[in-house]
Amino acid sequence: MDLNKKFTPETWPDHPERATHEAKNKFVGFWLFLGGETVLFATLFATYIALKNKGPAGYEHTTQELFELPLVFVMTMLLLTSSLTSVYAMYHMKNFNFKKMQLWLAITALLGLGFIGLEVYEFVHYVKEGFTFDSSAFSSAFFTLVGTHGFHVAIGLVWITLLLIRNAKRGLNLYNASKYYTFSLYWHFIDVVWVFIFTVVYLMGVIG
Amino acid sequence: MSSVAQKRGFGATLWDWLTTVDHKKIGILYLLGGGIFFVIGGIEALIIRIQLLKPNNDFVSAGLFNEIITMHGTTMIFLAAMPILIGFMNVVMPLQIGARDVAFPFLNSLGFWMFFFGGLFLNVSWLFGQVPDAGWTSYASLSIASEGHGIDFYAIGLQIAGGGTLIGGINFLVTIITMRAPGMTYMRMPLFSWTTLVASAMILFAFPPLTVGLFFLTFDRMFGGNFFDHTMGGNTIIWEHIFWIFGHPEVYILILPAFGIFSEIIPMFSRKRLFGYAAMVFATVLIGFLGFMVWAHHMFTVGLGPTANAIFSVSTMAIAIPTGVKIFNWLLTMWGGSIKMTTPMLYAISFIPSFVMGGVTGVMLGSAPLDYQLHDTYFVIAHFHYVIVGGVVLGILAGTHYWWPKMFGTMLNEPLGKITFALFLIGFHMTFLIQHWLGFWGMPRRVFTFMDGQGWNLANVISSVGALLMGLGILVLIINIIITSVKNVRVGNDPWGDGRTLEWAIESPPKFYNFAQTPLVRGLDTVWIEKMEGNKSGFTAAEPVQDIHMPNGSIIPMIMSFGLFIGGFGAMFHAEEAWGLPLLIFGLFVTFASMATRSLKDDLGYYVKKADIERDLKQKGGRN
Repeated sequence: MDLNKKFTPETWPDHPERATHEAKNKFVGFWLFLGGETVLFATLFATYIALKNKGPAGYEHTTQELFELPLVFVMTMLLLTSSLTSVYAMYHMKNFNFKKMQLWLAITALLGLGFIGLEVYEFVHYVKEGFTFDSSAFSSAFFTLVGTHGFHVAIGLVWITLLLIRNAKRGLNLYNASKYYTFSLYWHFIDVVWVFIFTVVYLMGVIG
Repeated sequence: MSSVAQKRGFGATLWDWLTTVDHKKIGILYLLGGGIFFVIGGIEALIIRIQLLKPNNDFVSAGLFNEIITMHGTTMIFLAAMPILIGFMNVVMPLQIGARDVAFPFLNSLGFWMFFFGGLFLNVSWLFGQVPDAGWTSYASLSIASEGHGIDFYAIGLQIAGGGTLIGGINFLVTIITMRAPGMTYMRMPLFSWTTLVASAMILFAFPPLTVGLFFLTFDRMFGGNFFDHTMGGNTIIWEHIFWIFGHPEVYILILPAFGIFSEIIPMFSRKRLFGYAAMVFATVLIGFLGFMVWAHHMFTVGLGPTANAIFSVSTMAIAIPTGVKIFNWLLTMWGGSIKMTTPMLYAISFIPSFVMGGVTGVMLGSAPLDYQLHDTYFVIAHFHYVIVGGVVLGILAGTHYWWPKMFGTMLNEPLGKITFALFLIGFHMTFLIQHWLGFWGMPRRVFTFMDGQGWNLANVISSVGALLMGLGILVLIINIIITSVKNVRVGNDPWGDGRTLEWAIESPPKFYNFAQTPLVRGLDTVWIEKMEGNKSGFTAAEPVQDIHMPNGSIIPMIMSFGLFIGGFGAMFHAEEAWGLPLLIFGLFVTFASMATRSLKDDLGYYVKKADIERDLKQKGGRN
């Protein structure tokens, strides 16, 4: 692969994310990886449902008492919007508009950062109320499920930051197009998992 | 790196093996690592049988016995059988589908080093004198209560090794999906490649639950989690579910590649195409699917209720159908064939009745009422050793003799191979057949000794003598390997003379780029077709000779895995030692920094020049 090959919007392929052999491998492999991740989160969800509200005798914390839907709603909006902005970024990537792609990816990262900030605030708040990781089976399952998701978001933020900085001056080529694209796949996946967390953990916790 | 063989010093050779991304070398590393762990697990098995040789024996203490059975099971499944099969997949599958490497050579190397350091981590427990002792299934109540760091070695060691396996599984899937040679449609793929595909898909979906389960165990033991602690609201049955949702597919991950090996050997030495190829493929896929539907048959006695037990009974018995299809196809492949009794073929022929016996006892255990009687007796031990030794290990031994010339360019000695076969097969049946009766007579599994006068003495002696014979068989194999390596008689492309699939159309061992020109595949058993049409090389090229793109070697996978290895010690000791937490952070830092280095540094590989390939071709008389 030639990194120095210059493209114009006219010569840029329709599917730059899988235009080379390596990129196609990456594309297929990443989809499969997300399949495995789905099973990983499914196991975490199943465990959470089994251990929800379970604690030692006289345990005071329940989903009803802990969760604040307004905060979680703001987090949900931040993450859903970041998924949308990553779609804009991929739109510009496919149209060979490097500057706009960078801009939208940066906005995506900022929204993700806002989400992580609120999640840290939320966790700290719980710990202050005595709902710590080791206080019950419920708390262990909650922090593991939601924390694993949060960890994925954090990894995604480091990933996109490194990617943007490393390729800041290189423009788009067939070597890095697939890297941006796999990031966006990953980001959508995280978003979908959050939709399930919002429903199963928070909505069903407060309303159900 | 040049394609010209040069004399190199020991340091350079070692560096080459540590940094290699060549699928054939990584495969050999897997076989070597898996082989060493196989010998360790075998020695543990012999100690078990010595302890059970006579009643009230005190060869090992009860505690040490628990540690040995745990390590025997864990080592054999995770560190011996799986890596050896993955080794064969690595070496053979890309050759069979006409590819020059796997899809992600760097990840391939990472997968190996994670397996290696995970296995090392687990076995280092012997040096600490704190060894896992809750059985290879490590059921939660017991494993949470186990003192010392034994179970911590289990949880972290398997986590690292399991990550490596998952990476390998994804790699093989992508390789088969995107890198088949022109004309190699799915329904022309050799059966071993098919079973690699299905086993890899199973790895992809079975290993994440194990990852999660091991994290729960790690959290409960080291970080104050309460998943399995019922006094804190936890539930110990969750571990059993998660473990078996992984664990049952795992046994099919082991047996399917063994089926694949036999499906290559039987047609070759019957000199007849595989009977019912399409049915074989369908049966493989069906077994892969049903393998995920049966996990609760390990938990009949837990008390899930009659409905759950009935459903899982039926689904368990259903697996016998596609397996039966395979058995008949192998038999009908041999029927009317011109059979050559080579060592691999002997293993294949003896595999059929041995494995059928294991399958039949499997159906028996699949019946929930009978399982209540047989649960945790020696009948279960006999059953799963019949499928795993009678299926997987026979497959591994057959594959070792079968592909040895392709991997190392020299044939294993046939008479010695047959001696290994005879010793191993007789020893195997002697060890485990009698254990069915021991189970019926009420001998429970996992007991470190038994009392006199229960009628178990003779049966245990027979079983122990059989184990010794198996050990001798493996010893003969090792001697065989040493002798043939010293003699080193070189062989040609198709040393068995009846090669049907693409690996037999290229050199033994193949050049590092495998195929000078990508092959054109014209049907199932393409090499056989070419030879029948008079093309002696067994090969038609799909492209002119041109530059070949190859990946660069890298030391990063090893450093990345080593980071996890030292981080594991940090996690284990963080509660009691001041250096624990810093070590954990340092280990993870090493891993993530290596990852960042890998992604920030462009690594585009290099090209083997057309002129070099033409020179290689000329040396062989212009043939691939």
